[in-house]
Amino acid sequence: MAYALLPMVSFVLGMLVLPLVVPSMTWQRIMTLSCIFALLALSFDFLAHFVGIVCLGGAFFTGVGGYISGLLNSAFGLPMIITIPVATIAGGAICTLFLIPCLPIRGIYFAIVSLMYPILFHRVIQALNIFGGTDGLPGLATFPNIWVELYFIIPMTLILTFGLRRLVNEDFGIVLRAIKDNDQAVRASNINISWYKTKAVFIASTIGCFAGACLAHLYGWVGLSLFALDFSIFPIAATVVGGGGTLVGPILGALILAPLSEMLRAFGPLRVVFYSLILAGLVIFKTEGFVPFLERKYHQFERWTEI
Amino acid sequence: MNIFIFGLVNSVILALMASGFALVYGVSRLANFAHGALYILVGFATWLFLNRVGVNYIGSIILSIIAVSVLGGVIYRFLLIRVKGMPASEIIASLAIGIAIMELFRWRGFISEAYMLPPFVNGSVSIAGVMIDWQRLIIIGVGLAIMLLLWLFTHHTKVGLSLRAIAQDKHASMMSGIEPDRTAVISLAMGSALSGIAAVVILPLGNITVETGYMVLTNAIAVCIIGGLGSWAGVFAGAFLLGFAEILTAAFIGPQWQMVVVLLFIILTLILKPSGLLGKQKELEERV
Repeated sequence: MAYALLPMVSFVLGMLVLPLVVPSMTWQRIMTLSCIFALLALSFDFLAHFVGIVCLGGAFFTGVGGYISGLLNSAFGLPMIITIPVATIAGGAICTLFLIPCLPIRGIYFAIVSLMYPILFHRVIQALNIFGGTDGLPGLATFPNIWVELYFIIPMTLILTFGLRRLVNEDFGIVLRAIKDNDQAVRASNINISWYKTKAVFIASTIGCFAGACLAHLYGWVGLSLFALDFSIFPIAATVVGGGGTLVGPILGALILAPLSEMLRAFGPLRVVFYSLILAGLVIFKTEGFVPFLERKYHQFERWTEI
Repeated sequence: MNIFIFGLVNSVILALMASGFALVYGVSRLANFAHGALYILVGFATWLFLNRVGVNYIGSIILSIIAVSVLGGVIYRFLLIRVKGMPASEIIASLAIGIAIMELFRWRGFISEAYMLPPFVNGSVSIAGVMIDWQRLIIIGVGLAIMLLLWLFTHHTKVGLSLRAIAQDKHASMMSGIEPDRTAVISLAMGSALSGIAAVVILPLGNITVETGYMVLTNAIAVCIIGGLGSWAGVFAGAFLLGFAEILTAAFIGPQWQMVVVLLFIILTLILKPSGLLGKQKELEERV
């Protein structure tokens, strides 16, 4: 029992205790940002490895979520406790509506469409000069202090991770995984795959919009940078580093990569060079990913001591 | 007339930018996201050879194109070969390599106005009442010459035929003794050389900047998607559609909408006909 529970318990405890032991407030801030990225990576991993939709729309989700909560907050003065849930649900619905026409497309093609949406929104907002145009909407409500921030986002990350893990093992998840493996067979069983995919995309975009709404209130500012390419690329990187198809892997990957990128800040402009070289190295030479590797070692080690 | 001529030039520029990317993807099914980086690498290498080492202009162009094609081959042979067949890893790895190359230039301070290549021939000429400089005409000439040479190469030489064979049916061509890894190395080297040729003819129109690398990558992807990945005629069709669309939007609606139109084209193409205008992939493979 302890053998089976140890990895999970240590992961949860580690996540909860980490903000208490990191040296400074900067690092606590980095923790919250890592968790935001972790949520995006989680939604990417869920869609990619359990539904078979490679969705690079991370920036789309953060942008839509962030702008909705920002608009509600600045135009109507609604408090954060209302804007975040509204932005999460409404943003998820809007993103899903935009992605529905692309659902029949497969693989890399869907990836490209979903990558194009945030750039399109970015350009349209810029061209029409709406929602504050290039300046964005400043002066939003922020979290009262860093502890509220940390202990709101970290438990949400944990709940969503384990919630999704349970979901993919339910009947609903089994259908989703069947769609990933062989969609024609699922269709032949008289199951409407478009409906299932729509629901899956809604779940993933809700998570993404939640991350975006939190991000808007973390910075107290909404701008075009919420549609930046980083939010689309980073989740894939985190998933590849952490190990795809594990749901915990992307979280760990994000928790490794985001602080890494901060640590490299000391190198100035060379930071991006080092970061991308490290990333390329991890992807090329450690293809398996971090979590599957640890899992294998953990089981090997146990067997070895018992014999 | 103005619109027609500049649309034509713009289209040929797009076709040149996309040709290397399309070649690599068509032969080895590898989306080479380092394409833009190789493009500006040639620009800066030519500049360095010309101004620091003191080779003459033609010599430095040839040297840098050879260097970049060797680099392209090396990147595939030693790095990308390990992640072949895993699309997400391929894209991340090549994009990361590309960003590393581009940001290295930024770090070395290659970001000022001073970095520009001289045009091949100075001056301009008037065609049907439109003033156009020689460099733009040279771009059209080089574009057409490259397409012709590529056609000859892929239809009448042994290596070219093996590239086409691999692109058509990997297993059948493996059975006839064509090695896919070797052709992939060749295709990447040739794709890099093509991006290099595009760079040396296009870059004299303006400054060499790091951002150009990102722009070239997005343009190449846009053209290839609209035309159809892995189809030569598609690259042409996509480049002409996009090239004229950009110029027409800039002329009649306003330059800030240029990018929106391009993106809408991409999204609509992908939703309505994912294999592109002239793509040969079976529609059923892309759709559920």
